[in-house]
Amino acid sequence: MNPLRALGAASLGFLAATGRLTTFALVGIQHCVRPPIYPRLIGRQMIDIGYYSLPVVAMTTLFAGMVLALQSYTGFSRFAAEGAIPSVVVLSITRELSPVLAGLMIAGRIGAAMAAELGTMRVTEQIDALETLSTNPMKYLIAPRLIAGVTMLPLLVLIGDILGVFGGYLVSVYKLGFNEQVYLINSWNFVEAQDIVSGLVKAAVFGFLVALMGCYHGFHSRGGAQGVGAATTNAVVSASILILIANYLITELFFAT
Amino acid sequence: MTDSKTPKIRLKDVHKSFGPKQILRGFSLDVMPQESVVIIGGSGTGKSVMLKCILGLLSPEQGEIEIDGQPTVHLSNADREEVNAKIGMLFQNAALFDSLPVWENVAFGLIQGKRMKRKLAHDIAIEKLAQVGLGADVGKMSPADLSGGMRKRVGLARAIAGDPDIIFFDEPTTGLDPIMGHVIDNLIVKCVKEVGATAISITHDMPSARRIADRMAMLYQGKVIWHGPVGQIDNSGNDYVDQFIHGSADGPIQMELLKL
Ligand SMILES: Nc1ncnc2c1ncn2[C@@H]1O[C@H](COP(=O)(O)OP(=O)(O)OP(=O)(O)O)[C@@H](O)[C@H]1O
Ligand SMILES: [Mg+2]
Repeated sequence: MNPLRALGAASLGFLAATGRLTTFALVGIQHCVRPPIYPRLIGRQMIDIGYYSLPVVAMTTLFAGMVLALQSYTGFSRFAAEGAIPSVVVLSITRELSPVLAGLMIAGRIGAAMAAELGTMRVTEQIDALETLSTNPMKYLIAPRLIAGVTMLPLLVLIGDILGVFGGYLVSVYKLGFNEQVYLINSWNFVEAQDIVSGLVKAAVFGFLVALMGCYHGFHSRGGAQGVGAATTNAVVSASILILIANYLITELFFAT
Repeated sequence: MTDSKTPKIRLKDVHKSFGPKQILRGFSLDVMPQESVVIIGGSGTGKSVMLKCILGLLSPEQGEIEIDGQPTVHLSNADREEVNAKIGMLFQNAALFDSLPVWENVAFGLIQGKRMKRKLAHDIAIEKLAQVGLGADVGKMSPADLSGGMRKRVGLARAIAGDPDIIFFDEPTTGLDPIMGHVIDNLIVKCVKEVGATAISITHDMPSARRIADRMAMLYQGKVIWHGPVGQIDNSGNDYVDQFIHGSADGPIQMELLKL
């Protein structure tokens, strides 16, 4: 085939897919704010995303903080700059590591689960059945997941911030011989509201992206078990990539002057 | 707005294809109020697709569908919800919500659609389950723990729970034992004759079809090739119908089988 033609077809396909995704997202958001809303379903999703993801996020950020302190020490000690470790840890954790790591973990945990659940509902005609029972699937299935994603991930990241800093503190104090008070005071003095806020904004955006990709791929899956499997993979991969892209864009928005 | 002459459901020259595969090719059928029509036809000829077109789950690329005289092919979401509130549907594979217990499946339309109190909806659900021969203990179970026939009956209970004006039964007795099949047939007849619903059923079970139908229609190659009162099915004068109801391998309908 003519390579130009293939390129054209690919771009058209990409644009069409982007359009479908955007429409899906806008309709989903619309259903988040327009009644009726389903508090019971939102609550269930919040528990799923927020509560049950706590251990995963906690472990990830704790060890990220620990390894960060250790690595910084080996580098900084060459320049006798160990004193910068508390600030490096607290900034990296709140601005980048906590939101990105939590986002990626949630993409694997929640994005996949959403895609699999909705995909199964699609191929077993449960979504069709919803429509025949005068229930809008966008409102009943999608909106609660989007709301839970946007609200729960910032909470997780806030907890991740604390645990990440705590991980750095543990290693610095018990392994590297820092004074505990000096470490904490340094961390506290160095961090600014903007660092934490930018991390939480990222978290909200990542939470939205994970829920959106999980819902979108699950909702549009077709072709039985294999289709559901493909939807799950696509949800996790696309959510992860979008998280990294969004992370860069938001960082630029907050910190590039 | 409806008088006795307006068909409850009217399909006019409906076409539906999936890619190059044409399924419905000019399907037309009128169903009068409080009539029970049974659609027969070979496996994979588009019977379930036809019901999904009426429900708006699939949109035909040509033709008209009217419910109570109102065209429904290009309805807005809100209007579609209103129309579907009048319709109960039993899916061929039941399509139960496996995140909800059985009773909540049955009560779903009452709680979500009609905004009924959960307690009241629960009691109605238990009553409907009893009508399809399932005890209150089944109500607490998860759909995943039911047998195929039980699932079908729960789907049936869900379809009739809201006392809908129009009910579609996609193979209501498939997978049931003969006695339970008979019970379900009686229930369908009761919904039409006593409650006054209009029903379209799909079945491959000819004795059952004869029990529940006022009228039968046969779908072949995307069109209704014969329809008439159930009493005339044996004298339809149509070779296709004859072959189908007697289930013989010889006749004008040739299955695409690999000759061994
Ligand atoms: N979503 C879809 N995408 C593509 N093809 C479809 C889809 N749904 C149905 N079909 C095709 O349409 C045809 C008719 O399907 P349908 O389910 O209506 O058959 P049916 O008459 O109900 O058969 P059965 O009696 O076995 O249930 C089949 O060939 C099927 O492959
Ligand atoms: Mg079918």
